[in-house]
Amino acid sequence: MNPLKSALISTLLGATLLSNPLTADEVKIAVAANFTDVSRILAELFEKETGHKTKISYGSTGKLYSQIEHGAPFELFLAADTKRPIKAEHEGLAVAGSHFIYAKGKLVLWSIEPEAFESGETYLKQGNLNHLALANPKTAPYGQAAVQVMQNIGSLANLESKLVKGDSISQTFQFVATGNADAGFVALSQIKAWKGQTGSLWEIPQAYYEPIDQAAVMLKKGATNPAATAFLEFLKSKTAHSVITEFGYGVE
Amino acid sequence: MDFDWQPVWLTLKLAGTTTVLLLIIGTPIAWWLARTQAWYKQALAAVVALPLVLPPTVLGFYLLIMLAPGGPVGQLTQALGIGTLPFTFEGLVFASVLYSLPCVVQPLQNAFEALGPRPMEVASTLRASPWDRFITVVIPLARPGFLTAAVLCFAHTIGEFGVVLMIGGNIPGETKVLSVAIYDHVESLEYDQAHLLAAGMLAFSFLVLMTLYLANGRYTRSHQP
Repeated sequence: MNPLKSALISTLLGATLLSNPLTADEVKIAVAANFTDVSRILAELFEKETGHKTKISYGSTGKLYSQIEHGAPFELFLAADTKRPIKAEHEGLAVAGSHFIYAKGKLVLWSIEPEAFESGETYLKQGNLNHLALANPKTAPYGQAAVQVMQNIGSLANLESKLVKGDSISQTFQFVATGNADAGFVALSQIKAWKGQTGSLWEIPQAYYEPIDQAAVMLKKGATNPAATAFLEFLKSKTAHSVITEFGYGVE
Repeated sequence: MDFDWQPVWLTLKLAGTTTVLLLIIGTPIAWWLARTQAWYKQALAAVVALPLVLPPTVLGFYLLIMLAPGGPVGQLTQALGIGTLPFTFEGLVFASVLYSLPCVVQPLQNAFEALGPRPMEVASTLRASPWDRFITVVIPLARPGFLTAAVLCFAHTIGEFGVVLMIGGNIPGETKVLSVAIYDHVESLEYDQAHLLAAGMLAFSFLVLMTLYLANGRYTRSHQP
C-alpha cells in the first residue's frame, strides 16, 4: 500500500474511533407494535442521556416472540403482555426474574368518521357496519383484549363475520385510518400520536377487558451489554414514565 | 388433527378466477404490444411489467389507499353499488389481476411476436376475417405461449402474499388464502399445520412447473421439422 493511502486510512479510522465515546454501546430492542411511537421518543431521550445507541424492531408480540425463539439477535424485549416475557424466562431465552411491567395499555374503539357513533357500546351492539378491525388475537394482546370486550358486551357472535384482522396493532390502525374499516380496536397511544384525529372515539372502560400489562425483559443476548441494562433502568426512570403516561398508558 | 381445507379451496378459486380473467384481459394487450408501432409502446410495456419489479407492499399500499371509501377506485365501486373492495374476495381478484398481469402479457407478447405477420397475411389471402384469423391461426400457433401464460399466472397468484396481507384482513373463507394461513400458523407457533400446508404447497408448485415444462417440451419437439 502506498504511504499516502495508508495515512489516509489511519486518519479516517482514527476519526471514526474518536467520534464515539468509549462507553457507547448499541442495544437491539424488540418492541411490541403498540409502543412504536413512544419507543421512538424514549430512544431519542435515552441516546441523548447516555450516549448509547439503540436499534429497534417492531412487530406483534407473538411474532417477535417466535423470532426470539429462533435466535433473533434482540437483547431486550418490550412485549404487550406478561405471558411471553415470563415464558422467555422459563425457556431460558431471558434472564430469570428480570421482567417488569413498564406500561399498562389502554384499548379504544376508533373510527375516522366523526358521526360513526356517540356510544361505542351501542354501536357494537347494533353492529350496523361492514368491517370492524382488530389485531390478530392469536399473536397480539390488544387483539385478545378486543375479543374480551366484544364477549362482555355480548356481541361477538354478531360481529364475527365482520372482523378484519391486522397483522399487528399497527396494521389494524392503518385499516381504520385509511377508512377501509368502519371502526377498529386500537391502542390509545396510537390515537395520541396521530395528530389531528377528529373521528369517533370510545375509551373502553377497564372492566370490559383484562388489564394489558406490558412487560419488558432482559434477553440472554443482552445480559452482558451495558447499554441493555442502562435502557431497562431508563425505562423505570421519571423521565420515561412521564413520556409513557403522556401517551395514555398507565405505569406502576 | 383436523385439517382446514378452506384456505386451499379459496386459493384455487382465486388463482382460477384470476387466470381466466387475465387471459381475457391480457390477450388483447399482448396482441397490441406485439403489433403496434406506436411511440408509447415501450412505455406501456414498462407499465405492464411494473408488478414484477415492485415490492408487493407498494402495490398493497396503493390499493389500500385507492380502494378505500374516499379513494378514487373506492368511490367508483360504491357508485356502481358494489361497495368497497378491501377485505373481500373480489378485492383480492382485483389485486391479483394487477399483480399477475405481466405473467400473462409477456409470454403472450413473445409468442405473438415470434409468429411474425406472415401467417396472418397468408390467411387473409384466403379471405379469412380478422377474427377468424385470430381464432384459427394465431391461437393454435401461439399455443405454448398461452399455456405458459396460464400456468405462470395461476402459480404466481397462488404464491401471492404481501398484497393479500395488506388488503385482505385475514378473513376465513373470504381472504385467508394459503400463504396467509401458513404465515398465521408460523406466527402462532402452530408448526404442525404450517408444515402440512407448506409441504403441500411446495409439492404442488413443483408439479405445476414440471407439467408446464413437460408439455412445452413435447410441443416443441413435435413441431420441429
